[in-house]
Amino acid sequence: MGYIPNTPQEQQAMLEHLGLRSMEDLLEPVPEEVRLRRPLNLPPALAEPELKRLMMSMAAKNRSLDQVISFLGAGTYEHAIPSVVPHLQRRSEFVTSYTPYQPEVSQGMLQAIYEFQTMVCQLTGLDIANASLYDGATALVEAVFMALGPGGQGEVVVSTGIDPQYRRVLGTYAHARGFRVREIATENGVTSLAALEAAIGPETVAVAIQQPNFFGCIEDVKAIEPVVHRHSRTVFISVTSEPASFGLLASPAEYNADIAVGELMSFGNPMSFGGPALGFLAARERFLRLMPGRLVGQTVEEGGAKQTGYVLTLQAREQHIRRERATSNICTNQSLLAVGATIYMAALGKEGLRELATLCLHKAHYAQRQISNLPGFAPAFSSPFFDEFVIRLPVSPSRLQEHLLQYDIIGGYDLGRDYPELANHMLFCVTETRTRADIDRLVAALKEVAA
Amino acid sequence: MSVEPLIFEKGAPGRRAATLPALDVPAEPLENLVPPHLLRQEPAPLPEVSEIEIVRHYTHLSQRNFGVDTGFYPLGSCTMKYNPKLNEDMAALPGFAALHPLQPESTVQGAIQLQYELEQYLAEIAGMARVTLQPSAGAHGELTGLMLIKAYHEHRGEGHRNLVLIPDNAHGTNPASATLAGYRAVEIKTDPATGGLDMDRLRSLLESQGKQVAAIMLTNPNTLGIFDRNAVEIARLVHEAGGQLYYDGANANAVLGITRPGDMGFDVVHFNLHKTCSTPHGGGGPGAGPIGVKEHLVPFLPGPLPAKDEQGNYYWADPGPLSIGKVRANTGNFGVLVRAYAYIRTYGPDGLLRVAQSAILNANYLRHELASDYEIAFPQVRLCQHEFVATAQRQKQESGVTANDIAKRLLDFGMYAPTIYFPLIVHEALMIEPTETETRETLDYFVKVMRQIAHEARTNPEIVKTAPHTTPVGRLDQALAARRPNLRWRPGQERTHGLGQP
Repeated sequence: MGYIPNTPQEQQAMLEHLGLRSMEDLLEPVPEEVRLRRPLNLPPALAEPELKRLMMSMAAKNRSLDQVISFLGAGTYEHAIPSVVPHLQRRSEFVTSYTPYQPEVSQGMLQAIYEFQTMVCQLTGLDIANASLYDGATALVEAVFMALGPGGQGEVVVSTGIDPQYRRVLGTYAHARGFRVREIATENGVTSLAALEAAIGPETVAVAIQQPNFFGCIEDVKAIEPVVHRHSRTVFISVTSEPASFGLLASPAEYNADIAVGELMSFGNPMSFGGPALGFLAARERFLRLMPGRLVGQTVEEGGAKQTGYVLTLQAREQHIRRERATSNICTNQSLLAVGATIYMAALGKEGLRELATLCLHKAHYAQRQISNLPGFAPAFSSPFFDEFVIRLPVSPSRLQEHLLQYDIIGGYDLGRDYPELANHMLFCVTETRTRADIDRLVAALKEVAA
Repeated sequence: MSVEPLIFEKGAPGRRAATLPALDVPAEPLENLVPPHLLRQEPAPLPEVSEIEIVRHYTHLSQRNFGVDTGFYPLGSCTMKYNPKLNEDMAALPGFAALHPLQPESTVQGAIQLQYELEQYLAEIAGMARVTLQPSAGAHGELTGLMLIKAYHEHRGEGHRNLVLIPDNAHGTNPASATLAGYRAVEIKTDPATGGLDMDRLRSLLESQGKQVAAIMLTNPNTLGIFDRNAVEIARLVHEAGGQLYYDGANANAVLGITRPGDMGFDVVHFNLHKTCSTPHGGGGPGAGPIGVKEHLVPFLPGPLPAKDEQGNYYWADPGPLSIGKVRANTGNFGVLVRAYAYIRTYGPDGLLRVAQSAILNANYLRHELASDYEIAFPQVRLCQHEFVATAQRQKQESGVTANDIAKRLLDFGMYAPTIYFPLIVHEALMIEPTETETRETLDYFVKVMRQIAHEARTNPEIVKTAPHTTPVGRLDQALAARRPNLRWRPGQERTHGLGQP
């Protein structure tokens, strides 16, 4: 039955070997008062062909990104996945392994994660990185915990240019763990320096800024950093959910961030309706003992042979050793996605990353110019941007979306959902996956709606 | 086996694999678009390698990794069962894998429907009112569950409750999650007679500090593989004191269709879909840790929740004003949920019951067979559940062979090791969970090898103490790794030792 290899006859023989008559005898330790004396109310079992038919019909009810032209970003980005990535990532020795507790037979996963940690350091310019976190939002939370330190209290200042979902998650954790979050306004699509100066003080534990921010705008992080670091103990956290930007924009190390977090799912992993995602966290060396989650380190064999090898290390920080005094409760993380991102980054390479970023930048700017030329459509901000931009619409975003769907186009994100002052504004994203023809098709459809 | 160099030690300047399309739109000069001081000065020094180098490199790495597809993986409390290939194919369907989380609801009806139905299945399996599919892993589910409990107490004006009771055999994530939720963990000892919770200690704690108790976190069966027969009494006592009951679902493989956390009196339960529902563990994730709750906690759930209107359309319903808020971006590890859905539909109600029974049978079979050569923790408990704890105490006393040595020696025979030194309350613990997806022959082979290792410990302990002997690398210097952390490659770093085969 299913994937249970032993037949009922074999199982009966095993039961008798144990001196039991039936499966019922085996369940004797479970007291009668809690036994479920009816079958679970679930649909009956399906054979493989039946299940395939059912699930393919469910999948067919969705309009996948293969069937539409999408201009959605807003935290989740469409980047082409070279075939080499899934072919290697899905090798079953990676897929079906557990957290590498026995390093001698887990060198493949450990070395891949060590390479991942290195590549995250290369992207961010920072000293150390961990083996992954659930997603960008929880990575921001973990960075804040690092800034607070064990049992620490205080206030965290975050720009409203940070993804609203990330800020909601931070708010949830802040309430439970007991620290304050102060949000500061944006101006012309970027964090207001005046608001930042007014918000921070000696009790400010950390300041978090997203680069490029949720509106796609490029923050003047070089001007922000000295303000943040005016109080020497304040930790500067940078957040990046569009990693293609690392190909062109100053790295977190270049603008003197202390901790860099964000989202790497779009590098080599399917979007999969937003999860599983791939949070990353990199930091300056001094945060080593405060790092959350798994860390892979290089070492050598014991004794004579002295061959290089890789192990999970500094585990005294972690929940299975330190229990209630751990730096985080994270155990299972996103290893397989980290493997995918590692292979993707190897395939893209040094020059490819820069090319990717350049394509995204120019295509987005072309689209922004074309849309802005349409009557009724206007750019909301004049700040520089990367591959997303905000447009004021002549109609409601929902009406616009309905119209676009007739042409198999999915438009941008309705910003009024999170920013009341940006009702009737849409956040468009254009990555390297959109062609000029795609963009022109969007522009033509938008023109109709304005008319 | 020769060592595999790092990807950074391969390739040459200018080499690359992925190709990108040429720019097909007019481009303005870069300096007109981005202020020069915000441009990157040094390019990220990613590898410069060709596709064939990448393919060989990661293929070699995969060959240096052990998974369930390689061999027996009796890692206790991790439920390393077979991961069906069919489920991988289903998750990879473009209609599931190529969906943006913010697409209009009309374009993702199948995806919301799947989650709507999966929520109902999990609620039925756990005996709960509703389930949120959002938590990304078991520990994330624990934290979310404790946040719900906290919000519930605060709503009732009992926000002063600050203690979470946790047995000494609990998973380490339990106390760590309690701390993150702003609680203080209080440990409760295991009753040496039953292997269950020390009821006298529980009663006295509730008597003296009951008004401070927010919750108790229990795993049942616990990490000793023992079903705590006092579950209902524990629930009664904790509820009477005003506390809530949290069920750690790491061991839920033992209860499918047999009993339900909700029927035992628990208020919150998390699932580890990467354990119970066979979604692959991926070398440390991704997982998924949905939590189920009783009716009184529903208003506090994170949103949105999948819903269906009268016309049969699916949509995301916003949570009410009492919701704790979001615990992650978007709505969950959907790719994992698709696999779990396929798993539950494959088995159906009778099949899931058979899964649990078979897992329990395999564990008892191993426990019975190993008892001749190894001490079994809590031998007075006649039957274990889906796992059990053996110990290397006899071997350690007789010849200095430890649980770690035995674990390493097992690797030489093409099997993974049990969970070792856990639970912490058993010395030299070897925690063994065979799961239901192993043949009797595999179990017999494991027994044979374990007996041989016990024999070696008596006659030739050095071969065990210096194991493994056949793996790609021997025992690694953990102390060095911690003392001189090397967490990343840097240019100029000494090359990986070995012949340097490309």
